[in-house]
This record gives sequence, structure tokens and C-alpha cells, in this order.
Amino acid sequence: MDKRERYERFARLIRGYAVKMTNLEHSGHVGSSLSMADLVAVLYDGILRVDANNPDWPERDRFLLSKGHAAAGVYGALAEKGFFPKEWTDTYYRDDGKLCGHISHHVPGVEFSTGSLGHGLPVGTGMALAAKRDGAGHRIFVLMSDGDCNEGSTWEAIMFAAQHHFDNLVAIVDANKIQALGKVTDVIDMQPFAEKVKAFGWAVREIDGHDVDQIEATLKAVPFQKGKPSFVIARTVKGKGVKTIENTVASHYRCIPDDRLVEVYEELGVSDAFSV
Amino acid sequence: MRSLFNKTLLKIAETNDRIYMVLADIGYGEIEEFAERYPDRFFNVGVAEQNMTGVACGVAMEGNIAITYSIANFPTLRCLEQIRNDVCYHNVNVKIVIIGGGLAYGALGVSHQSTEDLAIMRSLPDMVVVAPADFAEAEAATYAMIEHQGPVYYRCGYKKEPSLHQGKIDFRFGEAIRVCDGSDVTLIGTGTVTYRAYQAAQLLEQRGVHCRVLSMHTVKPIDEEAILAAARETGAILTVEEHNVLGGLGGAVAEVLAEGGIGVPFRRIGLPDSYVHIVGSHEWLLDHYGFSPQAIADSALEVAERR
Repeated sequence: MDKRERYERFARLIRGYAVKMTNLEHSGHVGSSLSMADLVAVLYDGILRVDANNPDWPERDRFLLSKGHAAAGVYGALAEKGFFPKEWTDTYYRDDGKLCGHISHHVPGVEFSTGSLGHGLPVGTGMALAAKRDGAGHRIFVLMSDGDCNEGSTWEAIMFAAQHHFDNLVAIVDANKIQALGKVTDVIDMQPFAEKVKAFGWAVREIDGHDVDQIEATLKAVPFQKGKPSFVIARTVKGKGVKTIENTVASHYRCIPDDRLVEVYEELGVSDAFSV
Repeated sequence: MRSLFNKTLLKIAETNDRIYMVLADIGYGEIEEFAERYPDRFFNVGVAEQNMTGVACGVAMEGNIAITYSIANFPTLRCLEQIRNDVCYHNVNVKIVIIGGGLAYGALGVSHQSTEDLAIMRSLPDMVVVAPADFAEAEAATYAMIEHQGPVYYRCGYKKEPSLHQGKIDFRFGEAIRVCDGSDVTLIGTGTVTYRAYQAAQLLEQRGVHCRVLSMHTVKPIDEEAILAAARETGAILTVEEHNVLGGLGGAVAEVLAEGGIGVPFRRIGLPDSYVHIVGSHEWLLDHYGFSPQAIADSALEVAERR
């Protein structure tokens, strides 16, 4: 299996976990988890310097999921990488479960708990600040959503990080163009998004968030410019991989029902890994 | 008190290079020396309190102690969710310092009156809530705050407040300091207004009413033992706080008394549950709202007589 195939297989598995986990109690955000699966696959398989056997390794890269509602899109990756037993993914949202709906730092491998938007980038910026002063070589990656970029606190951090040249900080937006109540263009149109962030002093790249080669090449190129934090706008499709829910507002909250699981696992190409 | 706080922090920062100040463009005339001496651990994020608190959390998560600092409600209410979700939930070493609790900035208007902070901060898990009464407590509380592992809310006075204590004090979070002793009623104060409770006790002493005065500098964790002992030994309790009468010191003391099963005459002096829109200096407003030593003494007497 070459690298591209490996990433794509990992992304399919992450999607399978997201579908399975959000189906358990019919809760969670499957569309938001599916849209970022390729980003998460490349991050955990090719970019992040992390160690499942030593999750608190001081020199690890810090990864913060600011769009904490998409926890189901990260827990699968962590389980596959051995941060915790795969069986834990059967307890998502469940009574006395190991994994709660929004991402939690009580889970091995999770740096920071979120669930309310606009928290990840300020905290990541503080980590970047401390790393700079300590002369530490690790990087800080913050994965955000479109909705995250509505929050004033995100823009406060964008201004501050540029002011202090934190080029060890990387913000990635899973720009699936649909937020909780509608299309981004109908709620708060971010365009011209890249130009806005550039004007705020960041080095910005816009990519296809489902092309694993592009994702890898982009994330391997950070910092894009010395002395500037890096911003990646990853164009994605909400619900990616499950045609019937792709690009739908409903996929933000509605999960895959029991009677569709078999066909969805087949569509994702993960029937070998997930059974009903 | 704010100058003393800053001097004390500077002194601690000389030997502890993990201390950062993360500010939101407030502190003129006070923070410059820290900024000059430790530019690599001084950051003004601009007028952006949410980011201030988030950045402080990130800094603290990397093994540091981050001080956020501003006046009144700016570093608390403006960024309350960051304090709850980021700082307290992750139980990190962020110390939130406000200058001018209660009506200290009274004449500036409601935006600058921190009159719900104790209630709100004490409801956050893992948060220590401290309001020093005078310089001696302020200095000791600064050291205690840095030594404490986890978040602390520190309500600092803003001017040259009178000394409540004569000589050295034994200051520990969660342990009230007995300012004077008496058997007729206990006055429990927190923050700089405690001095007025002490003045009230002196007035009553002249009339033969002997008061115990407790400086409850730590509103959380509250000193339950001292409260229950005061109830048993003096039989009546009056709380005094520069804060909405709901949910702060008085509320905390009431909880302890009720659960302790000790039914003694009890009264809370605090601000009414309404916004303070009348205009006046700190001292004038305090007198207006029933915090004059005489008014406190009258309330104490009323409680004592109900025994």
C-alpha cells in the first residue's frame, strides 16, 4: 500500500468510526466529522509528532480540535493509533462511557477539551507563545470549523499570533461551508476568507481538504513563511463520503440510522472493519 | 493594594521564571516594571479579554503560571466561558487578578462595579476565591496564589486601604483570621470592607457589646470550622461583603450554618439585588448602602439581640 492509499484507507476508517459512534445513541455531529476525516488522517499518519505510548511526551506536537463537536472524527484516529482501546469507541455518548460527545482531555491523546467554539485558537496561541520562549521545537496545530471563525475570540487570537510572529502555530479550517443553521454564505459569508486572514498577517494557503497528497504537502511546508503563523483553508464537503447526506445542513445533527448502516459502511469501503 | 500586589509579584517573579503576565491593555502605572524587567513573559494582548484568558490557559498548560489582570469585571465576566471551560476544567495555573472589587470604581458606573464576582467565581469547580482585606493579607495572598496549584481568583483593592491587622498574620487559603474576639456576636467580612466591620466592632465594644471579627479572605474554600465555632461560641452572625447580597460570602456562610444544623440569628449585609446607578465615591457609596461602621454596628446589635 503506498502512502496515498494508506492515508485514504485511514480516512475511510475514521469515517467508519464516526458513522458508528454517532449512530450508537443517535447523537453527535457526523457531517462535521466526515468532512475533516482526510485532514485528521494525514495529521495523525504523516504530520503530528505524537507517541501513543507516551501521550504526554513533552516534545510532542500539540493538536487542538477547536471544533470539539466533531470528536467522533478524532476518536477513531486515536483508537486506530493505539492511544486507547478500540472498544472505547463503542461507548460514545453511552451511560458510563469512555468518550463524551465533545472532545475531552480526559481521553488519552487529547490535548484540550472543547465544545464551545472559539476556544481552540487562543489556547493554541498561548501554547505557541510558551514554546517560543522555551525554545521548544514542537508545533501547535488547531483544527477549526467555519463556525469557529464566526467567534470574535478566534479573531482576537489571529491578531495576537501575527503580532508576535508565532510561526510555530498552524490553524486549519475544515471549511465545509455549512454551519449549524445553514450555509456559511447565508449566515456569515467569510469570503474573501484567505485575503482577510492574509490582511491580518498570516501566511495562508487554500487547498482541497479531501486530497491527501495536497494536505500532506501543505502541512509539511509549515511554516509557510518564517515569522508568520500558518493558516490553511481546507475546502471540504460536509458529510463527505456518504452521498445521501453530503452538503446537507441536516448532517450537522442527524446521524446515520440503524437501517442504513450496512450500505453506508459499504459506500465508505469499510465493511471489513465495521459490522452491524 | 494594587501597587503592593504588583511589587510582591515582581519580587516573586525574580526567582520564579515561570510566571507570566498576560494582560488586556489595563494596568497603567502599575505593570510597567514587570514589562521592562521580564519582556519575554509579559504580553499585552490588546483589548481582548477572551483571548487573554485563552492565551493564559495555553501558557499555563505548558508548565507556567499565568496571571491575567484587569479592572473590575473585564477579566471575569467578559471571558467567563474561557475561565470555566479552559482554565477551570483543565485545572491549570491561571491566576485571575482584578483591581477594584465591589464599588471601588463606583463613580465610574455599573460597568466598573464588580458586584457579582464572588458568587460567580465560587461556583466554578477548582477555583479558589480570595479577597484580601488589607496589605498584609494582600501580600500573603499573592505568595499563596503562586504556590497554589490551580486557578485562583484574586480580588485586589485599588488604593491605600487601612490595616486591619496589627503585626504578622498567619495566612492560609481557607483559614479565616480572627481579628478580635468577643462572645456576643461574630462579624464575618471579606475584602477591604472588612475594615469597616472591625470599626463597627470597636463602636460596639464601647457600648459593652463584645464582637468577634473574622476576616474571611478566602470565600472558597470557605472556613467551615471557623463559621461553626463562631455560631456555637457567639450565638449570632453578621456577614459583611461589598457584593450583591446574593450568593457571595453571606450565601456561603448561610450554606455552612444551615447544613451544620446550627440555627443562630444571622444576617447578611451586602448590596441590594439591583444595579448601583447613583453616583458617588467609593466611601460615599459604601456609607449610602449601609456599610458605615455605625450602620454595621446597628445591624450587629440587632442580630445579637435576637439571640
